[in-house]
Amino acid sequence: MELKSNEKKEIIGDAVILERPEVSLWKDAFRRMCKNKMAILGAIIIITLFVLAIFAPYIAPYHYAEGSLKDNYAKPGDKYLLGADFMGRDVLSRIIYGTRISLSVGIIGASTAFILGVLYGLISGYYGGKIDNIMMRIVDIMYGFPTLLLIILMMVLFKSTFAVTTPGTIAGTLSAIDNAFGGLFFIFIGIGVTAWIGMARIARGMALSLREKEFVEAARATGNSNFQIMIKHILPNLIGPCIVAVTLQIPRYITFEAFLSFIGLGVNPPTPSWGMMISEGYKAIRSYPHLALYPGIALAITMMAFNFLGDGLRDALDPRMK
Amino acid sequence: MTIKVGINGFGRIGRNVFRAGLKDKEIDFVAVNDITDAKTLAHLLKYDSVHGKLPEVKLEDDTILIEERRLKVLSERDPLWKQYTDYLWNALHGDFGPSYSSRSRTVNDIISTHFPVSAQLGVLAVIVAMVVGIPLGMISALKQNTFIDYFCMFFALLGVSVPSMTLGPVLVWIFALKLHILPVARWGTWQQAILPAFTLGIGSAALLARLTRASMLQVIREDYIRTARAKGVSEEKVTVHHALKNALIPVVTVIGPLFAALVTGSLIVEQIFAIPGCGKYFITSITNRDYPVVLGIMLLYALLIIIANLIVDLTYSWIDPRIRYS
Repeated sequence: MELKSNEKKEIIGDAVILERPEVSLWKDAFRRMCKNKMAILGAIIIITLFVLAIFAPYIAPYHYAEGSLKDNYAKPGDKYLLGADFMGRDVLSRIIYGTRISLSVGIIGASTAFILGVLYGLISGYYGGKIDNIMMRIVDIMYGFPTLLLIILMMVLFKSTFAVTTPGTIAGTLSAIDNAFGGLFFIFIGIGVTAWIGMARIARGMALSLREKEFVEAARATGNSNFQIMIKHILPNLIGPCIVAVTLQIPRYITFEAFLSFIGLGVNPPTPSWGMMISEGYKAIRSYPHLALYPGIALAITMMAFNFLGDGLRDALDPRMK
Repeated sequence: MTIKVGINGFGRIGRNVFRAGLKDKEIDFVAVNDITDAKTLAHLLKYDSVHGKLPEVKLEDDTILIEERRLKVLSERDPLWKQYTDYLWNALHGDFGPSYSSRSRTVNDIISTHFPVSAQLGVLAVIVAMVVGIPLGMISALKQNTFIDYFCMFFALLGVSVPSMTLGPVLVWIFALKLHILPVARWGTWQQAILPAFTLGIGSAALLARLTRASMLQVIREDYIRTARAKGVSEEKVTVHHALKNALIPVVTVIGPLFAALVTGSLIVEQIFAIPGCGKYFITSITNRDYPVVLGIMLLYALLIIIANLIVDLTYSWIDPRIRYS
């Protein structure tokens, strides 16, 4: 019998012991994921997008707000690789800077969902009983309301309330922060407020079943406090499925932002959001289809990449689901 | 001469009116819808002053002033708590009040003229989703792990990933602008309904395909299917009569919420195809700051989604007698 490089054969008397180094769940999952070509493709695209977003000023040929009116609606060509929009701004540069907006929305959504949602669900599921009842009813109320409508309502409120107030007050400060972010700050809040709800339900369900397991019993018997059990014993066990759920949710956050910018509740011009570029470009689609199509394709590719990666992660972490 | 400009969606002022007003120095401030309008205005003024039609003018951003004027008008009515409780009480009785931007129509009028269009579009999109999605899922389940299966599932993943704001322009570009077989926009004839229905329905078709496949795969492994095969029932009959019937149970239960989601999710599609539905009017109302309309449509949508979910919960055990609420 041939042995692989990481296997070990040992003979003690008559017994032959075959040994293989311990493989952790994560290493195993990583190995399984590497076999999934789609997931690798998704990961490569996402890494490329992050590189584009971080090094946008060095990669993009022009600044996103800079345009010359004599070049407005320029066709794709040597000077502007993907053409120029109605203000003569380079479409390619705006798409490259636009990755910053989309990815930052994705990251903010994912991290609030992850940190708030997992903690909330963990506490609710671990303690159970009355605490669980109260915490989950709050979640149910928010879950019953359609997410997109909730975000739209919040954006309408933010954009109108914080436009009126004079500087110096809390609302004035928030509005100043929002302006500094190019209108993204309120989108972050809107997505953050709604993103954790779904995650809290997932984490709570898992915590509820995990706390009945023997290892938790053992941990309690050896004198661990509730806090220690939650953080050291239950949290590591529910982190896998939560990561999968979060990755599959990222495309949703990205569409929310594009959607809001499309209907005019999102970023402030000239911040280059793909959703806004599509809505601006669509007005001229009869003559200049490239203006709406290229940002649209960028959006679709990004969402596809996250979906590929999310599906791959799910299959890798939980092979039974396939 | 300095003109104060506020970007608050107070409404568009026609260029000619504005020019005339400026000449007579009647206007000292102007409210515009968005930044694009403000920029257009700036260009216009520059052009006019360069060509000697106007004295040199400077634009000064004063959104705050204009919004405050607007709020002052609102607060001169009842105190806030009274306005709020009145609104709630009227909304409970199905009256959403007057619209700010349209003086002759109430919110109820607006909803009753625009909502049927959205509902039609939603029904068409659900039909597209079912007609495309369910067969796709069935085929890929029956041919599991073959090329056909992979192709169908790749298509489904594509459908889930491509948002309607990408799909809409792409379909318009291909079918309306390149092939010239379908109209670009508007609503009324059946040709005009095809592109919006597909744009809205394809994403859900992909979802239904994945769901049908998963539930079909589960069902065809059940014992009663094997029994049916063993007693010599033909393969088509097993698939259609025995397997499909049970496999469609979870699919049927999502169609209600799907309809609600499609009707409410048609904002973008209605905007792209210039369809006079609730969604388009909703967006216009947001830019116009027409809060009663925004609230009214929002409440209607939320109600629709809640009712759809309730119907599903109630019909669950009727569709599938194995499920019981005890």
